[in-house]
This record gives sequence, structure tokens and C-alpha cells, in this order.
Amino acid sequence: MKINWFKYAAPTAFYPVAGRLVPVFGFAALALVLFALYWGFFETPERLGGTNPQKEYYRIIFIHVPSAWMSMWLYLVLAAWSAVGLVFNTRLSFMMANAVAPTGAIFTFLALWTGAFWGRPSWGTYWDWDPRLTSELILFFLYIGFMALHSAIDDSRRADRAAALLAIVGLVMLPIIYWSINCPDPNNCAALHQRSSLTDIESNILTAMLVMTLGFWLYSFAAAFARLRNIILLREQDNAWVRKMVDAAEGTSPRGAAGVGGRPANRGVSV
Amino acid sequence: MQGLIGFLSQGGYAFYVWSAFGMTFALLIAEMLVLRRSRRTILQRVGRLARLRTQNVPPGEQS
Repeated sequence: MKINWFKYAAPTAFYPVAGRLVPVFGFAALALVLFALYWGFFETPERLGGTNPQKEYYRIIFIHVPSAWMSMWLYLVLAAWSAVGLVFNTRLSFMMANAVAPTGAIFTFLALWTGAFWGRPSWGTYWDWDPRLTSELILFFLYIGFMALHSAIDDSRRADRAAALLAIVGLVMLPIIYWSINCPDPNNCAALHQRSSLTDIESNILTAMLVMTLGFWLYSFAAAFARLRNIILLREQDNAWVRKMVDAAEGTSPRGAAGVGGRPANRGVSV
Repeated sequence: MQGLIGFLSQGGYAFYVWSAFGMTFALLIAEMLVLRRSRRTILQRVGRLARLRTQNVPPGEQS
């Protein structure tokens, strides 16, 4: 079977597909997050030994690391859709970028917030101008800047292109964040933030962390698709298919039936 | 009951643990509610505009 993917590059064609995907991703995300919460709180040790002993507050790892990963991953997705939009000039790509941005900003904020509440008991401070923390904060400002720039320009096609350019320039932050905890000599650098190594993590903790990451990821799909549908509706509201769909939806709901024009008017041929 | 209190206190780090988890799920739930509300608002607006158009297109046919 051959699927014509370009068919779904049209907002008209993708709108119903996104509508079917939202609950699928949403409920899958809910199941994974609940499982990860259960596993993280009840199947993991209360404290961690080793050279850097951690007490119960280490459980913040189950949301801190997934949020931080999602903040970077969603930025990559945002920049990728922006690039696709600029190269192929496809409306849906820009809409995708816009749909991802607020969710990415939320996860970036959460990475900073949960990090602060982990930093206080373990480092003794909520905030420090550590390279990792600072670069993540700049990523947060990039998300905000993307959304602000887009909404500051009235012409949506221009707004798309300007914001897309900003998103691509901002890509420079991803490697900076990634390598911000590295320095040639660990004794000689100011970085507070721990290095991470997936192979060193106790297997139950790793399980809860990875399942939570998957849950956040699926949640991002659901939220982005739901927002995409709103964006499509707003931008295509003058097109016949949106009007027809809204008419059909209102014809079956009491609100539409009681509308000013009544049912016959709603059924009227739109010419 | 003892178990529940022990769980909630998180070994004395309740403030940090629940602040982090609370903000996370508050924001995710808030995002879903905002998305649903804005969808309703958009649909209402589009529906209103559509009704205005269908009323205006065939003049004199109403009432």
C-alpha cells in the first residue's frame, strides 16, 4: 500500500487526522505518566548512596529530566518545521511550528522550576548562574521570543517566516545546553550541574524516568495536535470547508438549532 | 494512615517534591483546559460569521 504523504500536507486533509490522533496520544500519555508516577514513588529506593548521597528529593528526577529532554527535543521539532516551511513554503509546516512552541515553553519552564526545587535541598540554592541553568533559561526566552515575534506581526505569512528564522538561529542553543556541563578538567570548572550517565542509574529509577519521558512526549503530540486544529480553524475560517464543517456541527447541537437564522438558514447553500 | 503521612512527608522534603510535581501537573492540566476553551471560542466565532454570511447571501428569503 502506498500512502500519498503530500495529501496530508494540506490543512484541510490533516485537520480530521489530527482530531483522531489527539485522544489516542492523550490517553496513552495519561497511562504512561500514571505508571511512571507509581513506579517512581513506590518501586524506587528512598535514598541513594554513592559519592553524592541523595534523599527523597531526588524523585524530582522523574519530571526534571523528562522536562529538560522535551524542552530541547521540542525546540528541535520547532526549528525543523520552521526550516521545512521556509524551504517548501508549506502553510501546515509553519502551523506545526506554532503548535509546538507553547508546549515547548512549558516544558522548558518546568525543567527550570523542578531544577530549582532540586537545587535548593542539594546545592543550597534555588538558582545559580551555572552554564547549564543559564543556557536553559536562554532557551526559555527563545520560545517566548518566537511566540512574541509571531504574534507581533499582523500578516500571518510574514509572521511565519520571521519567527521561523528566529527559531533556526536559536538552534545554536541546543549544542550549548548539551555541552554546558562538559569542561576539560572537572576540578577546574564552575559547573554545578551534575553530569548524567544513563548507564549509572539504578534500573528502577531509569524505568520511571524513561516511561515519564515517553509520557511527556506523547502528551506533547496530543497538545500540539489540539493546538494545530485551533490554528487551522482560525487561519482557514474564510474557506468553504471550515464553514461547511461548522454548519454541520451546529446543525446537530442545540446551540446551532436555536441560532438566529434557525435550521433552514444553516442548511442554506453557501454561494 | 501512618503510611499516607509518611508518603506525603517524603522524608522531610515534602515542600520540594510536591512543589516540583504540583507545578508540573498544574501546568499540563492548565494547558489542556486552555486549549479546549480556545477551541470552543473559535468554533463559536466561526459559526457566528458563517450564519451571518448565509443570512446575507440570499436576500429577502428570511422570516
